[in-house]
Amino acid sequence: MSIDPTHNEPAAVPAAGSSYSGIAADIVTIAIAGNPNAGKTTLFNALTGLRQKVANYPGVTVEKKEGNWKFDPESPAARLIDLPGLYSLDATSLDERIAREVLMGRMTGLSKPDLIIAVADATNLERNLYLVTQLIEYNIPVVIALTMVDLAEKRDLKIDVEKLSSMLHIPVVRVKTREKAGLSEITEAVRGVILEEKPADPFWIGEAGNGSGSPAEEIHLSLSDDEAANRQIFARYRFISDVYQASVGTFDTERANISEKIDKILTHKFFGLLILIAILLLVFQTIFTWAALPMDLLDQGFGALGKSARASLPEGMLTDLVVDGIIAGVGGVLVFLPQILLLFLFISILEDTGYMARAAFLLDKLMSRVGLHGKAFLPLMSSFACAIPGIMSTRTIENKRDRLATILIAPFMSCSARLPVYALMIAAFFAGQTVFGFVSVGAVLMLAMYSLGIAVAVAVAFVLKKTILKSPPPPFVMELPPYRIPNLRTVIQNMLTRAWLFLKRAGTVILAISIILWALMYFPRTETPAAAADDSTVARMQLESSYAGRLGQTIEPVISPLGYDWKIGVAIIASFAAREVLVSTLSIIYNVGKDENEESPTLIGAIRGAHHPDGSRVWTPLTALSLMVFFVLAMQCMSTLAVVRRETNSWGWPVFMFGYMTVIAYVAALLTYQGGKLLGFG
Amino acid sequence: MEQIKVHTLADVAAGTRAKVLRVSGRGPVPKRLMEMGIVPGVWIRVVKSAPFGDPIEVRLRGYSLAMRRNEAKSIEVTE
Repeated sequence: MSIDPTHNEPAAVPAAGSSYSGIAADIVTIAIAGNPNAGKTTLFNALTGLRQKVANYPGVTVEKKEGNWKFDPESPAARLIDLPGLYSLDATSLDERIAREVLMGRMTGLSKPDLIIAVADATNLERNLYLVTQLIEYNIPVVIALTMVDLAEKRDLKIDVEKLSSMLHIPVVRVKTREKAGLSEITEAVRGVILEEKPADPFWIGEAGNGSGSPAEEIHLSLSDDEAANRQIFARYRFISDVYQASVGTFDTERANISEKIDKILTHKFFGLLILIAILLLVFQTIFTWAALPMDLLDQGFGALGKSARASLPEGMLTDLVVDGIIAGVGGVLVFLPQILLLFLFISILEDTGYMARAAFLLDKLMSRVGLHGKAFLPLMSSFACAIPGIMSTRTIENKRDRLATILIAPFMSCSARLPVYALMIAAFFAGQTVFGFVSVGAVLMLAMYSLGIAVAVAVAFVLKKTILKSPPPPFVMELPPYRIPNLRTVIQNMLTRAWLFLKRAGTVILAISIILWALMYFPRTETPAAAADDSTVARMQLESSYAGRLGQTIEPVISPLGYDWKIGVAIIASFAAREVLVSTLSIIYNVGKDENEESPTLIGAIRGAHHPDGSRVWTPLTALSLMVFFVLAMQCMSTLAVVRRETNSWGWPVFMFGYMTVIAYVAALLTYQGGKLLGFG
Repeated sequence: MEQIKVHTLADVAAGTRAKVLRVSGRGPVPKRLMEMGIVPGVWIRVVKSAPFGDPIEVRLRGYSLAMRRNEAKSIEVTE
């Protein structure tokens, strides 16, 4: 495994000459480039509609968004590539390196773009033009799409588009994507360049800050010497200042600054934090309440699907596989889809309004104490619902080590799948008990479990950042974009894209592991004794003699110091598929039928009444506590591992995650049980 | 002749403007700061610091940028 997180980065750069891999020459490739928050994605969505696909660039986790755009009725649709949001093309970050490779025609499977649409935010033109001054050097025709012009007009910001166009030697088109105004003009401009085969008009900004420069051998990268590179940056900004002064009318930037007024409250030292907490509470409350109904429906739906499949298919192994393996296994994960969708909806809204950057701003100091980035906060909060969307949303963290540290601790946040386990243990052993006469023990335990997860996460992050993910304090330079009303289409599309990625990425692995676990519990088959006609008994006997059952018995010496017998061992093994499976597996083991849930009195009774062969009780409150601690800390979720595999592009990290979390869980459960016994409990 | 007072952006009080003299240091971070428009001669206003004192919010070229004090220390300014 590669402990060095920088290990696979060089692989991101395919060798020169690997382009043109069988792409029809008449298909036009167009790249959209622009600063983050410049309205790039909104324009991309408006041009491509739903005809887009999201994948990763080969070998890296940089997202590749691509769509078809019918820019001309006579020609085949163009391949529209949405490059990652960029401030510069100097290849210091992975995103920039990838964008550079694409623009130079070195990316496998992509021909060199025939045209670049440079998206520039009219309300933030100076900084947005910096990237444009780099884009015009690639010997590719460039068309500027000037976005947010309506917002600029509201601020009395007048931009002379003709002047801008003549000074930059490229067409400039105003677009208001919200009203779809300007889309036909941009189409017209692109069609003009492509159909008339207008050549690129590149010019290079020399140190004098005008267009007198000469093309460098290797664009930008030739400037390895720091001083020369700095002079180049200054020259670009001198050129931009000239362009800006000539084409933009003077206006009072501070008067029009609404975002700063909003921030007087939203990033206020006291109210800012209060509002942040309120927003998060609202988000999570909503996720739990709104998602409950569709989750129940999905659960029942899969239950009904399983029943009807069993009824309509002939009895036999294949049916068992379909019903108990595939439908139950995949269904058990799909049940969480409503929560995931809702969480992504809120993340999209928070990102699109510009609030997310403020949350990172507010909390960066707190997060940096354990060596994490302010942006790690939201992924970690999301992981209380489910680690999968949490881990997927770490993509907003640019620094790879910070991102890995966040991914590695995200599963310690108690997700909703642990709730049934906690609920069952509390119902069985701590129901109705109170401390200080009025606080229920259940609530205290629940809070303790959530806190334990957070505490261990903080400790692990601290250790990771001191050891294998050691890096200097990560730079924190982050734009606070102006507040904007979110674009509904962008928000929904974002949400659906993420959800689809979850289904696709986790889906295949979930399916495979579901089948494996099913097989472990299904084979070898036992002969059904004639006497035991009742289904539950057959199921229990089958489980006992299955590979999973034998595995449980094999690991019993290892888990008995934690207070577990082999039956609990089987349930733990099964729950590595998904934590909540513990409940249904215990139901099978204790012979109460697998449709029991965590509030079932029969299951609780069976757990309380379980005895060791020597007559002593299997379960004590201490066993329950030890099991809860184990579930807080252990990595028992195949979907999360599948997603970590995708997001880190290696098997090493998920294996490491599984290993270290299981060790921590084992040690903590051991300390709980043995320590509790020493203190006279249990 | 009066000496120009040089200090860093981290010393600039909230609500005050300062003119950039240079960004010190090497490597990707100073470079990123310059790419974001923090080049000699540009005026920066410090807006506020975050609740726990760090990071700070600054405004330049019509947009807002957040950075840690550690980064602000590499930006030499004069008022």
